[in-house]
Amino acid sequence: MPKPFLTRLVPWAVTLGFFVLWELACWGFRVDRFILPRPSEIAVSIIKHYPAILLNSWQTLYTTLVGFALAVGFGLCLGLLIGALPAVYAGLYPILVGLNSIPKVAVVPVLVIWFGIGTVPAIITAFVISFFPIMVNVATGLATIEPELRDVLRSLGASRLQILWRVGMPSAMPYFFASLKVAVTLAFIGSIVAETVASDRGIGYLMIAASARFDVPLVFAGLLVIALMGVIMYEVFSYIDRRVTFWAIRGNEMIS
Amino acid sequence: MKMQAQSQDSTPFVQLRNASLAYGGEGQQLLAVDDISMSIEQGEFIAIVGPSGCGKSSLLKLVSGLHPALKGEVIVDGKAVTSPISICGMAFQNSTLLPWRTTLDNVLLPLQIVQPFAGNFRRHRREYVEKARHLLASVGLLEFEKKYPWELSGGMQQRASLCRALIHDPRVLLLDEPFGALDAFTREDLWEVLQTLWVEKRPTVVLVTHDLREAAYLADTIYVCSPRPGKIVSRNEMHFPRPRSLETTFEPDFVDTVQLLREKIARH
Ligand SMILES: Nc1ncnc2c1ncn2[C@@H]1O[C@H](COP(=O)(O)OP(=O)(O)OP(=O)(O)O)[C@@H](O)[C@H]1O
Ligand SMILES: [Mg+2]
Repeated sequence: MPKPFLTRLVPWAVTLGFFVLWELACWGFRVDRFILPRPSEIAVSIIKHYPAILLNSWQTLYTTLVGFALAVGFGLCLGLLIGALPAVYAGLYPILVGLNSIPKVAVVPVLVIWFGIGTVPAIITAFVISFFPIMVNVATGLATIEPELRDVLRSLGASRLQILWRVGMPSAMPYFFASLKVAVTLAFIGSIVAETVASDRGIGYLMIAASARFDVPLVFAGLLVIALMGVIMYEVFSYIDRRVTFWAIRGNEMIS
Repeated sequence: MKMQAQSQDSTPFVQLRNASLAYGGEGQQLLAVDDISMSIEQGEFIAIVGPSGCGKSSLLKLVSGLHPALKGEVIVDGKAVTSPISICGMAFQNSTLLPWRTTLDNVLLPLQIVQPFAGNFRRHRREYVEKARHLLASVGLLEFEKKYPWELSGGMQQRASLCRALIHDPRVLLLDEPFGALDAFTREDLWEVLQTLWVEKRPTVVLVTHDLREAAYLADTIYVCSPRPGKIVSRNEMHFPRPRSLETTFEPDFVDTVQLLREKIARH
């Protein structure tokens, strides 16, 4: 059942309202454009710096998606491995939790020493930051097989691998796809963090460069572009999620 | 006419000899089933009744080989059971159907796992699908073959679960309160469905149930368990003629038998 027209309108209306309010507030309180530029000023800046923004957005999108793809690959494999084999889980547990506790910003300088500034540190930062939630979710999903179902399969003589393939993998899929939505947003954060610290390209770099010139509208233009890319990526993956794992939501919201 | 278990030779098909089962490791072992001996003929339908927690489900785990015996022996088809026997089908109170598979694909699942079906699943897929559809038709589910389990009612899910348990023609059918979560009407419908399937395929059935009428309706023999650790305290043969119908359950003889069973359970 399609959502009613009004329900579909609400997100647009709220977003628009947000910007209108922002505009009016800046105008009403006479906020300095070096503190908080108005949306209209940001829009002008976006139009003015259009080529540079596009070029750097591509760079950020590229590093984000490459890092994210790596995270999906490794996260899926390692998640399956630790979900299926308790020994691997027990063995890797301290290292994984330890690595995940390290703030990723702290890793960037090390990456710069190893790879120099530019694309590679951004990709790696995106990867390490988005890898963990994918792996954890896949492993959790695998562990959620009903005991009775496991009994049914074992009594049929199914091997561990067969149970993993026929039941474990499919039942982990909703967890996997749910984690992708979160992970892709995290990958953006990783890329941009790396770009602000150690790059000569990308939206993060653009913002740092702009703020050095006190071009505050351009800084905000960068923020806006990042937010927009984040929203689009999130939507793409939640669309895929709904299509692939429709059975997990029991068909309730198939179309919504 | 009475359809008794067809005993081709003298050795029973399923045999438990002083079998015990315990959970937990050394030190804090919990004895769930204690010193059970029983013999089930090939094609016999037995029911196990007893108070909650007395070890009925555990007994099924012994027979299926899902849990090893602590002491004693379990023998199925002349072989000692040490690991899961793949000649059995199982169904539980919750249908445990896979939500990402249609009803038909759920029923086909065992054929993708059990040999020799799994080995030539691709080649014989057509034939297997026909087999599954035939089974679905016999429980009145054919028009729902393309539906997902969550689109079925509880009773329909249970029918599908029975089909899945029978698709690979198992020699032993283990049922753990398969109708426990259903309303009285649906349950009685399914007694008839199960009886028909059993008459057609004649697997050896072990049914665990809390419902004494269900046990008396379906089984040739009813075993009554004591509270934990479960021991068999009485064995009762049901001689009502088959096929039994809902009318059978209102006959004085049947009502008296159920009453007697109830007293036997209460006594322990
Ligand atoms: N996996 C397990 N680990 C430890 N103890 C268990 C396990 N399964 C069952 N038990 C214990 O074994 C005993 C028998 O359990 P079982 O499930 O066989 O009983 P049951 O007769 O099937 O009960 P119900 O009629 O309520 O289903 C219970 O005391 C239970 O606590
Ligand atoms: Mg039980």
